[in-house]
Amino acid sequence: MSALPSAAQTFDREFLTIRARLIDVAATLDRIHRAEGSPEDDPRWPRLRQAMELLAAPAGPWTEPIQMLFSLPYDPDWQGKRGQAPFA
Amino acid sequence: MNFIDPHIHVASRTTDDLAAMARMGCAAVAEPAFWMGYDRSSANSFHDYFRQLTEWEPKRCANFGIAHFAWMGVNAKEAEDVGLAREVIAELPAFLDRPGVLGVGEIGLHKCTKNEVATLESLVDLAVARGEQMLFHTPHLEDKYKGTRMILDLLANQPNVDRSRVCIDHCEEHTIHLALEAGYWAGITLYPTTKATPERTVDMVQRYGPERILVNSSADWGPSNPLAVPDFIFTMRRRGHAPAAVRRIVHDNPLQFMRGSRGFAFTPPDESSDGSSPR
Repeated sequence: MSALPSAAQTFDREFLTIRARLIDVAATLDRIHRAEGSPEDDPRWPRLRQAMELLAAPAGPWTEPIQMLFSLPYDPDWQGKRGQAPFA
Repeated sequence: MNFIDPHIHVASRTTDDLAAMARMGCAAVAEPAFWMGYDRSSANSFHDYFRQLTEWEPKRCANFGIAHFAWMGVNAKEAEDVGLAREVIAELPAFLDRPGVLGVGEIGLHKCTKNEVATLESLVDLAVARGEQMLFHTPHLEDKYKGTRMILDLLANQPNVDRSRVCIDHCEEHTIHLALEAGYWAGITLYPTTKATPERTVDMVQRYGPERILVNSSADWGPSNPLAVPDFIFTMRRRGHAPAAVRRIVHDNPLQFMRGSRGFAFTPPDESSDGSSPR
């Protein structure tokens, strides 16, 4: 791999992009909040809140934990359970 | 810079897209058989689609100087109908023998059901028996991690699979290491909202290195971009990677992987010349 930019250079290059994306998320949440009703009964809502909590962690990694939060659980013994629910 | 898009559904794209890809340096594409956005009603529909991928699309691409290759299979979504899938699988050997066919793909899981697993096992059995390369579709969104693990479990049941001839596609940050650590190729798909962006893809290349990584557009009938690989090239260059490092990902790697198929015959264009014929 080629020589890569430093953390400071990367942060400098990405700052406005991160800022814009965070504001976009905030504006989307405001849009939902202003609309009639509430999404709080939707199971995806608490997951979004959890994702934002993960993002607020002081140190990474941030991406994989959020990907896993939005993933269904995997059962390593699924082949042994074939013929049973949920494979019935 | 010339590039190869190792996963794109050009049957769903316009000639304008093909022209734009050619202008951006696309030398070759590989088109896996997939779900066309609706469930087909009979094996005959698959038969006609396989003919389209092996007869018509190669001609359409050739008009723009793009070499076209194809993968034959039953996609994960239509794999749910096991009876229909069996009829289609019975027709696959004749198409796998056609010129320009790379192997069995894209096959895999969608919702990870019992029926999908049964069809997938039949497809893997066929590929292994014939010594075919394989291209695996991993599920979307919340099903991806579970489905990727299940596909790797099924492949681990097959002692005769040459892992260097298998690509686990649509990998993301939480699944790419599973494919690479097991010795498979890892495909990364560049999509506007789902899958990966060019920036995140460069992150993964930086983290895991260039070995056995393929980057594709998987452009189809949904939100997708046939110029996603050039966007990735631009992003990698902008982030300081040398042209040779970029070329390895978008040209040399797909070439290396596709050369594992007996149906692959391709001479890359000479980029040192202007491509014009001698007078």
